[in-house]
Amino acid sequence: MVLIYIDQDDQEIKKASFEAISYGAALAKQLGTSAEALLLGTVKDNVSDLGKYGASKVHQLNNIALNNFDASVHANVVAAAAKLLGATVLIFAHNINGRAIAPAVAVKLSAGIVTGACALPNTDTGFVVTKTVFSGKAFASIQIDTPVKVISINQNSFGVVVGDGTATIQHIDTPVPASKIKITATDKIKGEVPLTEANLVVSGGRGLKGPEHWGILLDLAKSLGASTACSRPVSDADWRPHHEHVGQTGIQIAPNLYIAIGISGAIQHLAGVNRSKTIVVINKDPEAPFFKAADYGVVGDAFEIVPALTAAILKSKAGA
Amino acid sequence: MKILVCISKTPDTTAKIAFTEGNTKFDENGVQWIINPYDEWYSLVKAIVLKEKDPGVIIHLITVGGSDTEPIIRKALALGGDEAIRVNNTNTDSMVVAQEIAAIAKEGAYDLILTGKETIDYNSASIGSMLCALLDTTFIPNAIALDINGTTALVKREIDGGEESCETSLPIILSCQKGMAEQRIPNMRGIMAARTKPLKVVEASIHNATTAIKKFDMPPPKSGVKLVDAGNMDELVRLLKEEAKVI
Ligand SMILES: Cc1cc2nc3c(=O)[nH]c(=O)nc-3n(C[C@H](O)[C@H](O)[C@H](O)COP(=O)(O)OP(=O)(O)OC[C@H]3O[C@@H](n4cnc5c(N)ncnc54)[C@H](O)[C@@H]3O)c2cc1C
Ligand SMILES: Nc1ncnc2c1ncn2[C@@H]1O[C@H](COP(=O)(O)O)[C@@H](O)[C@H]1O
Repeated sequence: MVLIYIDQDDQEIKKASFEAISYGAALAKQLGTSAEALLLGTVKDNVSDLGKYGASKVHQLNNIALNNFDASVHANVVAAAAKLLGATVLIFAHNINGRAIAPAVAVKLSAGIVTGACALPNTDTGFVVTKTVFSGKAFASIQIDTPVKVISINQNSFGVVVGDGTATIQHIDTPVPASKIKITATDKIKGEVPLTEANLVVSGGRGLKGPEHWGILLDLAKSLGASTACSRPVSDADWRPHHEHVGQTGIQIAPNLYIAIGISGAIQHLAGVNRSKTIVVINKDPEAPFFKAADYGVVGDAFEIVPALTAAILKSKAGA
Repeated sequence: MKILVCISKTPDTTAKIAFTEGNTKFDENGVQWIINPYDEWYSLVKAIVLKEKDPGVIIHLITVGGSDTEPIIRKALALGGDEAIRVNNTNTDSMVVAQEIAAIAKEGAYDLILTGKETIDYNSASIGSMLCALLDTTFIPNAIALDINGTTALVKREIDGGEESCETSLPIILSCQKGMAEQRIPNMRGIMAARTKPLKVVEASIHNATTAIKKFDMPPPKSGVKLVDAGNMDELVRLLKEEAKVI
């Protein structure tokens, strides 16, 4: 059985989990087995809806203590549940929480693990998983040699597949160790889609000259319903908050659309965004290295192009 | 307080990525090796900052690797730290590396174990989490701030779309990222001092890997950028809608 870990935050199931189920369901089909989900804690969502993404069952441990994430506790519970249910492959989203527990679960199950997978395993001979390495600059195909296997999948690498199934809910009862972590504050950017979950991202670099010029970028983001990001020098200079910094040392993202404005395209920046499906680069320097990694490019002054692009998007939306 | 800082060696961030032996090995030809940036800038410097506040702090560095990792661990010692341990194991399977580190950690009874968020070559982001299971110790991933108050640790970590602050008791394991500390450059005194700091070599004890790299591939090259005239944003919108189908 393929067991998919469902990640929740504030009692809401994260989008990354829908993709993990879609991946797990496709893998289960390939292996001729069932895809079942594991949910820790309580959520506001309709749990049986997880069937839409291909889970036949959801095993739920609705102990509210699990609504707060503690890597050690969650890994213990997931490993115990996996043993109880006889899971042979475990799937996690390679998001912050997924990557915090998948390796610990692998240790507890004596399972080989591949983190950051970007395609379904090849199971023709053995079990070989492809993952991105060197921050997206290459791929490695890694064979897992243990009976139980653990995979965490890169966000936006497989996609969410929606069908019309419903899942049956089964409550399980595994002991929950007490958490040693006391959460004292949570600071969330209200109303914004977290960067790692965003489908559309508009990002600015030093080419915008200063924080006072971010209005044109925010307007563009708003017209698209996109999240915002920035290059490292921009967050280092406190023009934008640190959590917007993407790249090798920042957040790695893979949205459907990444619009880079006034960013040169240094290799360390590309490492965080090169898995984006479509890249648009707006830069006044036709020699900017970013154009080599782009799908669409506009050469010119961002201060003229960005407002014009926003207007064109609003016009197209109004017409549609 | 005893701190163990996990140090790994990675190719320089600008290194050319290429493969040899029928795409089964990373081509090390001409590659400059550095301390994994997360280990250097965030974990190690944070440990040094804690020692500057409290001289009673003892910092040990650990690396699992062949003798070719010694220049890297010496460089780390030049930044700070009291002594280093190299476990002589060239196996790079995360499970093997984590078990080697756990064996040393058990013996050393550390209050704080620091790793980087991930290595910039294999991007596994696994060692901290594995140590959590192997040592049965609290693990806080993606830490961006740390304060120690007696045996209490105040930690801030990144969560999807924000930050979370928490309180916990030592011992703990943290994976560190931007925010934990500010990058430093080793000075001459540190470099001289590093030459005489102890670097202990321990023989490998773990041999059975759970995974094996079969091959590497380069991503297919982009088909080339399509340039759109700066005066024609309607066309860009059309392309994004009809060709790329992303908006
Ligand atoms: C170990 C290491 C790790 C790093 N990690 C990261 C990371 O995670 N993320 C990251 O982003 N960087 C990272 N960097 C830094 C990286 O090397 C670059 O320095 C950085 O990405 C450059 O940021 P930028 O493109 O905003 O600025 P610049 O390189 O200064 O580029 C500004 C661009 O704006 C263009 N421009 C100027 N005016 C206009 C205008 N009016 N209209 C349109 N375009 C204009 C210019 O032509 C130029 O291309 C790292 C560096 C190192 C050494
Ligand atoms: N060979 C190694 N020796 C010591 N520490 C390591 C080694 N490999 C990884 N680490 C530590 O674990 C962190 C995460 O690495 P990884 O899980 O391999 O992405 C790194 O930032 C290091 O702190």
